[in-house]
Amino acid sequence: MNIDDFLSYIILPILSTSTLLVFIRFLIGPTLSDRVVALDLLITIGISIIAVFSIISHRPSFLDIAMIFALIAFLSTVAFSFYLEKRKRNE
Amino acid sequence: MNDILIMIIISLGTLFILLAAIGLLRMPDLYLRISVTTKAATLGVGLILIGLALYYLETSITTRVIAIIVFLLLTAPIGAHVIGRASYFIGVPLWKKTKMDELKGMYNTKTHDLMSGSEEEEEKEKVKEGKKR
Repeated sequence: MNIDDFLSYIILPILSTSTLLVFIRFLIGPTLSDRVVALDLLITIGISIIAVFSIISHRPSFLDIAMIFALIAFLSTVAFSFYLEKRKRNE
Repeated sequence: MNDILIMIIISLGTLFILLAAIGLLRMPDLYLRISVTTKAATLGVGLILIGLALYYLETSITTRVIAIIVFLLLTAPIGAHVIGRASYFIGVPLWKKTKMDELKGMYNTKTHDLMSGSEEEEEKEKVKEGKKR
């Protein structure tokens, strides 16, 4: 089995399924913190999808975008939790 | 031979990511969900990126992959801690079968100071009243 076929027909569908599962949690999550955690995991799965797609399409420059995604995920989590805590404190 | 190794590594990483997604959906509590996503997803992404580095076998790509992995390993615990702390403050409920909550009463709810449990009585009062700073 060719590695491109393996990645296209087995790995990418599994990753898409897990993205859907996380997105369900993102929609129904009872609190705002659940949604922040789900968003963090969505971006992390996005990094791995970018990595797999960069193997399939033979374009290693996609890795730069993965690096930016890793930065943004951490930044968004920290910013969200900072403002969650601040909102509670100001009430 | 090399292709089979790459396939095995990427399959393992994908399995861990799928388990993290199922855990995020099925766990009963926010704190358990944080625990699942931090460990399993970080390991899965790390394995997939290692597979990518083995596929290309170039210095520039390996450097980028190592940078991404180190950054993820550094930031995932910090992000989990920060969001868990903020959620505890804003009163996200614990699972109803939780046996013990060691942080209960140890945090000042106004100033968010933490007691270690080994303070003297007057220091404890100070922290409780928010006069420590």
